Amino acid sequence: MKFRGKMVDITCIKQFSNIVSTVARLSKICVLRITKEHVYFIIHESGAVESSPGLWAELDQGHFFNEFHVEGVSQEDNQIFLELEPDKLSKTLNSFKTAQPAPRSLKVKLTRKHSPCLTLEVELPSLSVHARTVVHDVPVTLIPRRQWHVYQEPEMPQFDSSVYLPPLRQIKHVVDRMKTLSQHITFSANRRGTLIISVSTDVVDVSTHFKNLSVPVWGDDNDTGGTHSATVDIKKLGLLLQGSQINPTKVICNIVANRMVHMFLLHDDVTLQYFLPAATNT
Amino acid sequence: MSQLSHHDDNNEDYPLVIKTENANTVLQLLRAINFSEMATVIGSPEGLRVVVEEGKCIQASAFLQSQMFQEYHSQDDVVTFKINLNVLVECLNIFGGSSLPGVAPSLKMCYGGYGSPLSLVLEEASVLTDCNIRTQEADDTLEFNFCNTSVVNKIVMRSECLRDIFSEFDYNCCGVPVLEILTSPDPPYFRLSTISNMSTSDTDIPKDSDMIETFSCTKTMRQRYKLALLRPSIKPLTIAQKVLLRTDERGILCLQFMVKMEDNHICFVEFFCCPEEEEEIE
Repeated sequence: MKFRGKMVDITCIKQFSNIVSTVARLSKICVLRITKEHVYFIIHESGAVESSPGLWAELDQGHFFNEFHVEGVSQEDNQIFLELEPDKLSKTLNSFKTAQPAPRSLKVKLTRKHSPCLTLEVELPSLSVHARTVVHDVPVTLIPRRQWHVYQEPEMPQFDSSVYLPPLRQIKHVVDRMKTLSQHITFSANRRGTLIISVSTDVVDVSTHFKNLSVPVWGDDNDTGGTHSATVDIKKLGLLLQGSQINPTKVICNIVANRMVHMFLLHDDVTLQYFLPAATNT
Repeated sequence: MSQLSHHDDNNEDYPLVIKTENANTVLQLLRAINFSEMATVIGSPEGLRVVVEEGKCIQASAFLQSQMFQEYHSQDDVVTFKINLNVLVECLNIFGGSSLPGVAPSLKMCYGGYGSPLSLVLEEASVLTDCNIRTQEADDTLEFNFCNTSVVNKIVMRSECLRDIFSEFDYNCCGVPVLEILTSPDPPYFRLSTISNMSTSDTDIPKDSDMIETFSCTKTMRQRYKLALLRPSIKPLTIAQKVLLRTDERGILCLQFMVKMEDNHICFVEFFCCPEEEEEIE
């Protein structure tokens, strides 16, 4: 089993680091899946709806890596699944992000030191002929093939409503305020492009209405036209919004009535799917 | 302000209807007095008074004159109710209180009378937020009977002066630190001393200082106030331009803050504090 990749472009290194820190905010443990075409970060939450993951981030390998080589378990199963602590990886990457002058390259390798490790080798610019290299080892656990099925690509949920969200910053402000009022937040949407986010407590009812949002066109028309809603844990949503340093071009919010809110963050080279299970069946 | 426009609406049914183009002014004033959870709102044809108290010792009130609002409609009799100020402040701040001048949500606030909630409608960039905050029956607010005739000493000064002094106090000092305010027609004229178990420190402000606008003291007054009780006055001090410090014969301290709002309206915030009992002073 082999893996090595090399990043040269500093913007790619920064973007990669932002994604890792987003993942790190959401969970202590994540799964890194490496295939020939893509790199995936997966957070699996036990007890989630239809055993879907909490987060599914898909990174286009070609965008981030200038050199990329992966040899999986076998020819047929040419992929690697690792478990790691994203926080450790994030801390390492963050130190390069701000390094001045910017590093020349970042190599990521799967190595076997005392235990399996993801080794990050950073080449820093140097005035002399000798290169300055910094090596970080992040311990990982390899996931055996019999457990791979747990981390399979999630199916698009059979949602009832779907809208494009307004800029996340706008949503974040509202959600931050609502977070101080309640533990749960309700997302309601209809196919006319209205999204209502609301909280309701003994003391106060607050609802914010976003109108005339774009509505994604999906092949099969399964939106019945009414307003559908799901109530989710506001803290989890807050973590997602707080950690969204990825500046997605589009965010789609799909609502499975009373069961789940599915956020789809689209970016040219990265897609992030976030699954928020409903907290209460209201 | 034209009072004719309200005839178009059905607002006649409500005992209290307020509209403003800039919700941030209301937010700014309410934040300044938000040291306690519950507030009493007193609406009269002249304006809205929001009163916050703690421990029967201190009281802060913000007065929002009717002229501040684009529309202010109040039935002749006074309406009073109690409301959760923390929640009201969060609701007014739902769009994140953009720091850019000119960008502020508009606000419509209605109160339907005894037992009904306070309804707010905030709108910014065609995003609408509805809030319904439960109200409670108002308790009697403290009456300090602070009348102009019993005022013995009076100092008008720029608020920076007190703000800098007040924010440097060590409020968590051991024991129960107190502030002694000495105002006198004779030297040292105006002295603020903090007294704790371990130390005392004096700050003298000369009466001809640039900070002081008016100095009229007729009698030497030396009163002690618990530092912790004065702490909530820092918030209004930071937004005020001028502050009027008065003490009456009983030693009750009244700070009146003059706040110039973004739209050049002048608003007043008052802060009353009871002195420490005479016998505690050695």
